[in-house]
Amino acid sequence: MSVGFRTLLYKEILRFMKVLVQTVGAPVLTALLYLLIFSHVLEEHVQVYPGVSYTAFLMPGLIMMSLLQNAFANSSSSLIQSKITGNIVFVLLPPISYLEFFLAYLFAALIRGFTVGLGVLLVGLFFADIEMRHPLWILAFALASGAVFACIGILAGIWANQYDNLAAVQNFLIMPLTFLSGVFYSIHSLPTFWQGVSHINPVFYMIDGFRYGFFGQGDVDPRLSLAVVTPFVVLLAVLTLRMLKSGYKLRH
Amino acid sequence: MNVAVRLRGLDKRFARVHALRGVDLDIAEGEFFALLGPNGAGKTTLISILAGLTRATGGSAEVMGHDVVADYRDARRALGVVPQELVYDPFFTVRETLRLQSGYFGLRRNDDWIDELLANLGLTDKAETYTRQLSGGMKRRVLVAQALVHRPPVIVLDEPTAGVDVELRQSLWAFIRRLNRDGHTIMLTTHYLEEAENLCERVAMLKEGRVIALDRTENLLRSGGERRLSLELEPARLPEALLPRLIGREGERFVLELPDFGELEHILSVLRAAGIAVRDLHHGQADLEEVFLRLMRGTPETRR
Repeated sequence: MSVGFRTLLYKEILRFMKVLVQTVGAPVLTALLYLLIFSHVLEEHVQVYPGVSYTAFLMPGLIMMSLLQNAFANSSSSLIQSKITGNIVFVLLPPISYLEFFLAYLFAALIRGFTVGLGVLLVGLFFADIEMRHPLWILAFALASGAVFACIGILAGIWANQYDNLAAVQNFLIMPLTFLSGVFYSIHSLPTFWQGVSHINPVFYMIDGFRYGFFGQGDVDPRLSLAVVTPFVVLLAVLTLRMLKSGYKLRH
Repeated sequence: MNVAVRLRGLDKRFARVHALRGVDLDIAEGEFFALLGPNGAGKTTLISILAGLTRATGGSAEVMGHDVVADYRDARRALGVVPQELVYDPFFTVRETLRLQSGYFGLRRNDDWIDELLANLGLTDKAETYTRQLSGGMKRRVLVAQALVHRPPVIVLDEPTAGVDVELRQSLWAFIRRLNRDGHTIMLTTHYLEEAENLCERVAMLKEGRVIALDRTENLLRSGGERRLSLELEPARLPEALLPRLIGREGERFVLELPDFGELEHILSVLRAAGIAVRDLHHGQADLEEVFLRLMRGTPETRR
């Protein structure tokens, strides 16, 4: 890969590393609060899978939710900040192709998501024994799902004209999708109607497949989940690349 | 002579504005060139197209022979742009900013040149300061340094001295002049016509998306009118022979046109013969500002 691409990736990583408390510390703390409250309230009452404590069950969902939200946050906030302050020209003037631009923002978002996810995992180890039966499934779902949200972040960051637009995407798309996806429960515990709704939410498959990697059991077959998630990766990557190539809102 | 910047029929329509209407322009390598025009004339649009920040609706633009669309990598490597807005990335120090910018242009180890740029722009002691903590003038210097990290043969400055104090303006121009002497092609837009007059060999004036004047600076100044002679006379009257030259009176002073400096002797001799003494004499020449204002008032296409 070219020096230009590597520099842009490095800059994007450096950007969130410089404010680590805010970009990694805060989301890990949020996850910790969920963990404390939900496991305290529900530990004695709920057992979703046989032999798996509720706290352990909760962990993969929390990790994935944090990973997704932060992958989205990284690319979207970096782009909107650069657009609003105007320093986006620093990366538009150099000879960097739209593909390199895409990959740099994608990888940086994944790295931020993985860093936060890892932080949540480390914190979780203090509260529950977490097994990882199928690390490859874990990795596959983390990568594919993180990529989807990284792309949504790039799209939203380029589309948004101000922070309000981005907050709308965050509040009306990202939050509902991640909360209504079985992070905190198995969808089998839901009424039939809401089970149906969950089944059309791609994030449900991301979390279920990810959880399968930990416990070797899930609500649906992980191969089905991957088959649902992969097309979204392709679709969003193509969409993002096309938007970047057209110069939409970047090169007028 | 090689062409550094070549524009052919460059056209740009935005949703509501026709910003450029078929601009043709050649800037030779090594030239110090000014692009003048009122707000909204299309200067920044033209520069943005050169830089790849805006896409033309028609026509073509080349930098050092590289098409800015088809061959954008080489075109952008050949171009250094100092943007008009005082933009900066608050996350980074001056040195980090310059290292990143070097990397974007494919340069991995560039510290020697970065140090030289810092020294030349009086930024050495600010190298480790965060750009957000710098004053406006300092931020402007960082922008200039950023535009030069990859030693581009063509340097474009969009209103580089807007809001910059006198001292910095002079040191900035001294530096840009040196770059020009070293062979860099300089293209600038400025509102300070005096700067263009002092610095630039050639000037293009833009109005409503068209080039309405394009000439060497001295030719434009000459065309911009008549040189003038302003006289304070004792007694305050003008011999009849000189009346055809009279343009106007400013109180005690007579303002005569003087197209050719050689005619001064003739005028003085007529006055002497009439027994009129010259108490004060003032010779003026139109400056770029007058030429500019006159052209801007006129209709487009009057001088192509």
